[in-house]
Amino acid sequence: MRSRPNYLAGIATFGWLLIIGVPLYALVNTAVQPQTTYTDRGPVSLPSAVTFDNFVTVVRSGFVGYLWNTALVAAATVAIVLLLAVPISYAVVRGHGWLTRGVFRLFLLGLAIPAQAVIIPLFLIINRLGFYDSLWGIILPTAAFSMPVSVLVISGGMRNISVSLYEAMALDGARPARILLDLVIPLSRSSIATASIFAALQAWNGFLFPLIMTQSDSTKVVTLGLYNFVSEYGANIPALLAAVLMSAVPILLVYLFARRALVAGLMGAGGK
Amino acid sequence: MVSVTSSRLVRNREARRATLALERPGVAWAVPGLLFFAVFALAPMAGVVYLSLTSWDGLSAPQFTGLHNWSRFLSDGQMWQSTLVTAVLLVGNIAVQAPISILLGVWSAGHQRNRAVLSAIFFLPLLLSTAATAVMWRQLLDPNFGVPAELAGLLGSANLLGSQGGAVACLVLVTSWQFIPFHTLLYQGAARTVPETLYQAAAIDGAGRARQFFHITLPQLRNTIVTSTTFMLVGGLTTFDIVLLLTNGGPGTDTSILPFTMYQTAFRTYDYGYASVIASFLLLLATGASFVMVKLSGYDKMTSTLEGM
Repeated sequence: MRSRPNYLAGIATFGWLLIIGVPLYALVNTAVQPQTTYTDRGPVSLPSAVTFDNFVTVVRSGFVGYLWNTALVAAATVAIVLLLAVPISYAVVRGHGWLTRGVFRLFLLGLAIPAQAVIIPLFLIINRLGFYDSLWGIILPTAAFSMPVSVLVISGGMRNISVSLYEAMALDGARPARILLDLVIPLSRSSIATASIFAALQAWNGFLFPLIMTQSDSTKVVTLGLYNFVSEYGANIPALLAAVLMSAVPILLVYLFARRALVAGLMGAGGK
Repeated sequence: MVSVTSSRLVRNREARRATLALERPGVAWAVPGLLFFAVFALAPMAGVVYLSLTSWDGLSAPQFTGLHNWSRFLSDGQMWQSTLVTAVLLVGNIAVQAPISILLGVWSAGHQRNRAVLSAIFFLPLLLSTAATAVMWRQLLDPNFGVPAELAGLLGSANLLGSQGGAVACLVLVTSWQFIPFHTLLYQGAARTVPETLYQAAAIDGAGRARQFFHITLPQLRNTIVTSTTFMLVGGLTTFDIVLLLTNGGPGTDTSILPFTMYQTAFRTYDYGYASVIASFLLLLATGASFVMVKLSGYDKMTSTLEGM
């Protein structure tokens, strides 16, 4: 019944394939070209001479260190978010009274705070706390701004746990802490995973916080490294695009080995 | 007798509820997270409104100047232009992204093998960070070495980023290229939850593909349309990295959208007071947009009926 081929959709998706595919092809193609052939032949050509020198240039410039910093920021952000958002969600879902309802509303509103708009006072706070030009200066604000989505996603997952399970555990005399560890966390694993992926991507993608909160080379993360590359290697376009390609390697590995989790995480972040 | 048993029942139930209530986690569980969020998100929000009432260069103490910055903001022609460009970009981004991601999302919700393979390819732009995407496109759009150099005859001019219209179009193109995959995912997930029986019934009634799309799929996607559009709206209000890396606000100040102007005012010319006005204005716009979306989608109602279960 629905199997009649949809030619219109076929043509449209082929067009979209070109829009997605051509820039990606140009990216990879340029990254493996020597600079001389690139200036002759442009980004969209058949590769004539393949070289990996561009990647060597990128690695020599300290790019691996930037990747490592980004990984540290992402890991610490996820740890802080989970440590704080899981108990909040638990209180929101299982607690009662206007206070816990207020907590939920607060994070719902928090969803609307653009990090951009509060960057000036945040800069001041990070300075006062002595975290300027340290990775903590990136981690703490990134974690704070990942909290609203994480609380919404995790409390959404916790709401699906049947009330009778709580009652059974409560009748057995389990305290809230035990219920959280033995019942709530295991049963809301998937929403916790979604929140982790979301927070990690925030940290991974973050540009504004690193730009404002750090300045030295030892605290540079990948996104900022790319930004500085533009001014340093502006003329060496193949090396620049090799850096772009390398910046995607960690998440490409995640995509290859945990595609389902990644896709589900992104879908879940949209809220249902 | 009846009343005695029923009151005992009530008492029993109350006793049971009391013991269960005792076992509920208190607000204390939320306190560490709340404090953290207050320090790094709520306090800065109050801070930015306060700073907008001061004159501050970042070194000496802020001087309270009342509404001076605000009246300056209202009479600043550059700010009106920034607001206008921001609005044009927002509308352009939504007008391009929403239809394409709805169509792609519905299409990729089908379970055919070729659709699964193509969807995996369409996902790829999401693997690049926004900064990486912008850096890549900056090179691809380069008037001397990029793609326009080869298509100069077709495009009229190779320097696409050299005019305001061209620069705005490029910003929409690059933003859409990066974010359509994300919105497609949202619609794909939602389209898969539309009951198949609706389509079967429509097909029996003789409704064609287009009618099915407009009368079943679109209405069923209503909530996702609201969510996804709000993401585009709030995200668009704060797009900063793409502008900084792709056009740097140029040509001239032609694409200096509000977030970019705010960044320049604060961290290039060190006029933190005036920058805080722009920031407060952004905050107002974003909060307003998300308030409207929460009302439209009924998100707040949905959660409050489930609370405390």
